[in-house]
Amino acid sequence: MAVHVARDVDDATRAVAVDERAELIAGGTDLMVEINFGRRRPGALVAIDRVQELRGISRSGRVRVGAGVTYTQLLADDAGSAALREASRSVGSPQIRNAGTIGGNIATSSPAGDALPVLAALEATIVVRSVRGERRVPFAEWMTGPKRNGRARDEIIVAAEWESAGPKQTFMKVGTRNAMVIAVASLALVVDASRRRVGVALGSCGPTILRADRAQSFAAGVLDELGWERQAAPTETACAEFGALVASAARPIDDVRGTAAYRSHVLSVMAARALARVAVLG
Amino acid sequence: MTLARTRVRGGVGESAPRPDGVPKVRGEFPYASDLYLEGMLFGHTLRSPHPHALIRAVDVTAAREISGVRVILTERDLPTRERFGLMKRDQPVLAEGRVRYAGEAIAIIAADEADQARAAAKAIVVEYEILPPMSDPIAALGPDAPALHEGGNVIDDVLVVHGDPDAQAEVVVQGEYEVAMQDQAALGPEAGLAIPTADGGVTLHIATQWLHEDLGQIAPALGLPNEQVRLVLAGVGGAFGAREDVTLQIHACLLALATKRPVRMSYGREESFYGHVHRHPARLFYEHGARRDGTLVYVRATIVLDGGAYASSTSAVVANAGCFAAGPYRVPNARVRSVGAYTTNPPAGAMRGFGAVQACFAYEAQMDKLAAALDMDPVVLRARNAVEDGDRIITSQPVEGSEPVANLLRRCAALPMPADEVAHPLRAGRPSRDPLLLPGGAGNLTHGEGIRRGTGFAAGFKNVCYSHGFDDVSHARVRLERTDSGIRARVHTAAAEVGQGIVTVCQQIVRTALEVEEVIVETPDTTIGSAGSSSASRQTWMTGGAVLAACREVRAALEERALARGRAMDELAALLDEPIERSVAWRHRPTEKRDGHTQNHGHVAFLFAAHRATVDVDLGTGLVKVVQVATSQDVGKAINPQAVVGQLEGGIAQGLGLAVMEEVLLRDGQVRNASFTDYLLPTILDMPPVVCDLVEHPHPDAPYGAKGVGEPPTISSTPAIVAAIRAATGRELNRVPVRPDDIVFGTVARSGWRIVPGSDPAMAARA
Ligand SMILES: Cc1cc2nc3c(=O)[nH]c(=O)nc-3n(C[C@H](O)[C@H](O)[C@H](O)COP(=O)(O)OP(=O)(O)OC[C@H]3O[C@@H](n4cnc5c(N)ncnc54)[C@H](O)[C@@H]3O)c2cc1C
Repeated sequence: MAVHVARDVDDATRAVAVDERAELIAGGTDLMVEINFGRRRPGALVAIDRVQELRGISRSGRVRVGAGVTYTQLLADDAGSAALREASRSVGSPQIRNAGTIGGNIATSSPAGDALPVLAALEATIVVRSVRGERRVPFAEWMTGPKRNGRARDEIIVAAEWESAGPKQTFMKVGTRNAMVIAVASLALVVDASRRRVGVALGSCGPTILRADRAQSFAAGVLDELGWERQAAPTETACAEFGALVASAARPIDDVRGTAAYRSHVLSVMAARALARVAVLG
Repeated sequence: MTLARTRVRGGVGESAPRPDGVPKVRGEFPYASDLYLEGMLFGHTLRSPHPHALIRAVDVTAAREISGVRVILTERDLPTRERFGLMKRDQPVLAEGRVRYAGEAIAIIAADEADQARAAAKAIVVEYEILPPMSDPIAALGPDAPALHEGGNVIDDVLVVHGDPDAQAEVVVQGEYEVAMQDQAALGPEAGLAIPTADGGVTLHIATQWLHEDLGQIAPALGLPNEQVRLVLAGVGGAFGAREDVTLQIHACLLALATKRPVRMSYGREESFYGHVHRHPARLFYEHGARRDGTLVYVRATIVLDGGAYASSTSAVVANAGCFAAGPYRVPNARVRSVGAYTTNPPAGAMRGFGAVQACFAYEAQMDKLAAALDMDPVVLRARNAVEDGDRIITSQPVEGSEPVANLLRRCAALPMPADEVAHPLRAGRPSRDPLLLPGGAGNLTHGEGIRRGTGFAAGFKNVCYSHGFDDVSHARVRLERTDSGIRARVHTAAAEVGQGIVTVCQQIVRTALEVEEVIVETPDTTIGSAGSSSASRQTWMTGGAVLAACREVRAALEERALARGRAMDELAALLDEPIERSVAWRHRPTEKRDGHTQNHGHVAFLFAAHRATVDVDLGTGLVKVVQVATSQDVGKAINPQAVVGQLEGGIAQGLGLAVMEEVLLRDGQVRNASFTDYLLPTILDMPPVVCDLVEHPHPDAPYGAKGVGEPPTISSTPAIVAAIRAATGRELNRVPVRPDDIVFGTVARSGWRIVPGSDPAMAARA
C-alpha cells in the first residue's frame, strides 16, 4: 500500500484528488482499527499528521482548531472551550489521545465521537478544502447518519471554528468503565451568557448527534429569570425539568453497550447536573 | 552445612526479580504470536456462524483456487476419528456433520500469506440446516430436551449430602443468584508454530498451560505415537485457565503434516473469543438455616453450570462448586446438587478459581442476608462460623495446616480504611476530589453529586492441586555444574510460565537449597516428564516441591562425594569436576475419589482469603468506583513476596472485573461483544489500591510451607465488592457483573425456574 506523506494542505488535497483509491490518515486510531478488522482496504494512504497548518489553535475572537490537533494538545493548550477539554480527557487512553485528532473524530462521525456533542453545542463550523476550493459547513448540517456525513471523498477537513462561548460549559459521558470506554450516552451543555444562548447536544443517543431544542429554550427561560451572568444555581425542580426535556429529545436504542431505558434515565441525570454545574461557573 | 562462602542472593523469601519482567515491559519478550520461520505458512480456521446446525455440504473448490492456498482440510481429510477434550474426549477436531456452538471449527487452511488463508475461508461454501439453539442450561437438563450429545445433556452431576440434609432452623434465608460468562482475556491470543520433523512427526512451539496434556490429545488425533510429537513452550501472554484446553494445537500440526511446511497459527482478538473456553455461567439457588445466635445449621443449594457445547473441564468445575458450596464455614448439615449441562453456548472451561468463584458469589450474599436477618455484624457472623484446623467442610474433610479463617476476617477488617473522605457535594462549583477518581472517572459525571460509599466483606476458599484421586505429579531435573566462571545450577521441568512466576520460584528454591546464585531454568518441553498444569494454584507446590526434592538429592550426592573424597563441602570447584544431576517425580499425598454423597478426603489442602471492599456508587448514574480492596490471605510462605502481591492484585482486578464489568454477552448462543472494545476489562482508573496482608501459616506438605496463591484473590473479591455496592445502594444485586441498570432501576435477575435449593434441577418447574 502506497503512503504519501503530505507536506501541506495543498499537497494533500492534490494527492487525494489524483488517486481515487486514496484515503487520508491522521492519527490512524479509527482507520487502523478498520484496516485490522478487514473492513476497509484503502488502495493508498495520504498521511496528514505532519501538516503544520492543521495542527494550530487560534483564539483571536473566533476559536479555530486545526483538524490535526490531538486530544493531548487540546488538554495542554487552551482551546477556548472547557467542554472540549473535558471531552478530550474522556477519550481513550494516553496513547490514543497522543495520536487521535479532532479532524479524525469529525470525519468518522460516529454518534459516540466525544468531540462531536461539544462542537454541536458550540454551533461550530466545519471547514473543508479540496482542489475545488473551500466549504464551510455548520455542524448541524454535517452529520447525515451514523458514521455518515456530507464530506466528499477528496475533501480534507482543515479546521473547526466557533464563537468563544465563555466559561459556562461542560461535557459528560457515561460508560461502564471509568476510562477508555465508548460512550453509552454523552452530553455537552454550553451556556453562552453574552449571546443569551443555550446549546445542548447528545451523543450515543440516536443515529447522529442530537440537539435538545425544547430543553435549550427552557434553560434560556430559567436563565432569563436567574440572570445569565450570575453564578447562581437554578432550583432543583428547574434542573430536573431540564433533565426530563433533554431525555425526551433522545432516540435511544437497546444495544450491547446499554439499554434505551438506562440511556434516557442517565441523560436526565447528566442534564440536571450539567445545568446546576455550569450555572455557578463564571 | 553450608556450601557458599557468601550469602546467596535471590533465595526463598526475597522479592527476586523475574527474568521476563524487563523484556515484557520493553516489548522485547518473544510471545508465541511472534514465532517466525523463513518459509512458514499461515494457518486459518473457518468457524460456524450458527450456534446449532447440521452441515449438509462443504464445498472448498472455489477456495482451493485462491492463490497461495496450500491445503484446506475438513473433517473428511482427518487422519483419525479421535476427538479431543480435557476431561472427556467429546469434541471433534473439525465439525462432523453438526455444529454445536457459534465458532465451532469446520475447516482449516494453510496459505503463503495470512490474507490468502482468510480469503480462502470466506470462499468455502457451507450449507447449513439451522437447528434451534439450546441456550438455557436448566431447560437443557429437562426430561424433554433434545440431546446435544450421545448420553444426554448432563456433563456431570455431583451430590453432596452431609449430616442431616433435611435439617430445620430458626432463621432461614433464601436466594437465587446468577453469574454471567467471564472471559480470561489473556492479552496474548492463542498462537503456535508447528514444524514437521524428518521422522514424519511434528514439533509444536505453543503457548499453553500444560504441555503433556496437550500432547496426550494431539498425538492420537494426528494418528502418531507420542514419541513423534514434541512440544516446546513458547512465550505465554497470560492464561488464567483459557490455555488448559486444546485450541489450535491439533489444527496447526495437521496443516504442517499435510503441507510438510512449518505452519503458524495465531488468533486475532475476535477469534480468540470464539477459540477458547470461558468461565462457566451459573444459576445458583440457595437456602441457609441458622440458630438465632448466628450458628449455621444447614446449607442447601442447587447449582447449575452452563458447560456450553463441549465438556472441557466442566466435571471438575461442577465438583468444586459442590464441594465448596457452603464456603469456609462450619456447616453440620448440607445437601448440595451441582450439575453441569451441555447447551449450544460457547464451551465453558477453566478460569481462575473455577467452581469456587460461582459458589462464593452466592454463599457470601447469603451470609450477608443472614446477618441482616439476625441483625448481626456480617464480620462477626462469619467469624463465628469460620473453619479452623480440625473443622470439617461439607465433604467431611478436615481443614489442616491453615490459619483460622476467623483470624483472616478479623485481620482484614482491621486493615487501614481508605484515607480519603467521601466526596462532598458540589461546593461553589469546585469538586472536593478529583472527578477522575469518582464513579464515571474520565466521564466527568459527578463532582460529588449522588455519591454513596459502602463497604462489604467476603471470605472464600478452594482446593490447591488436583483432587479426587487424580495422580498429580511433577518431574524436575536439577544439575549442579562447574563452569569457567564458577558454579551454577540448571533446572529442567515442563512447568509452564504463564506469567505467574514459576521460573523465579524455581530459581529461588535452588538458590536456597543448593546455595548457588546462578540458576538457569531451561525451556519447558516434553523431553522431560509432565509438570502438570499451571492451574489449580498448584505449580509452586508441585513443581516447586519437585525442584526442592531434586535439590535435596543433589545435595545428598554432593555430601556423599565430599565424604568419599575427604573434602569439605565448600570445595565445590574440586567436587564438581563431574556435574551432579538428579531427576525426581514428586507427588502430593493421595486424595480420595468422589463417591455418591461426596463425603471423603477429596482434596490435598485448602486456600483461604478474606476481602474487604470499599466503593463509591453514583446513585444517579449507577456507576461504581471501587475505592480500595483490603485482603488477608493465608499464603503459607511467600517465596517471592513481590510476586505474591502481584498475584493478589491481579486476582483482585479479575474479581473486580467480574463484579462490575466483565461479561461475554450472549443472545441465543451468539457472542455479541467479541472484542476489547465491548468486553470491558478494568483499567488503572478502575483498579483501586490494594492493601495486602500476607499471612504465613505454613502447610506441612508444601515446599517451605508455601501454598498456592493465584486463585483466592479472584474468589472472594467479587462478592466483597458487590456487598459494598449493596451497602451503598440497598439494592438486591443477585447477579454479576452488576450493571448500571441493576443499581438505577433495582433490576433483579430471575432464571424463570422454580427450584427448591438442594433438589435436582432436571425436575425444575417454570416459575
Ligand atoms: C482504543 C481506542 C479508544 C478510543 N476511544 C475513543 C473515545 O473515548 N472517544 C472517541 O470519540 N473516540 C475514541 N476512539 C476513536 C478515535 O480515537 C477518534 O475518533 C479519533 O478522533 C480519530 O482520529 P484519528 O486522527 O486517529 O483518525 P484516523 O484514524 O487517522 O482517521 C479516521 C477517518 O477520518 C479520516 N480523516 C482523518 N483526518 C481527516 C481530515 N483532516 N479530513 C478528512 N478526513 C480525515 C480518515 O480518512 C479516516 O477515514 C478510540 C479509538 C481507539 C482505537
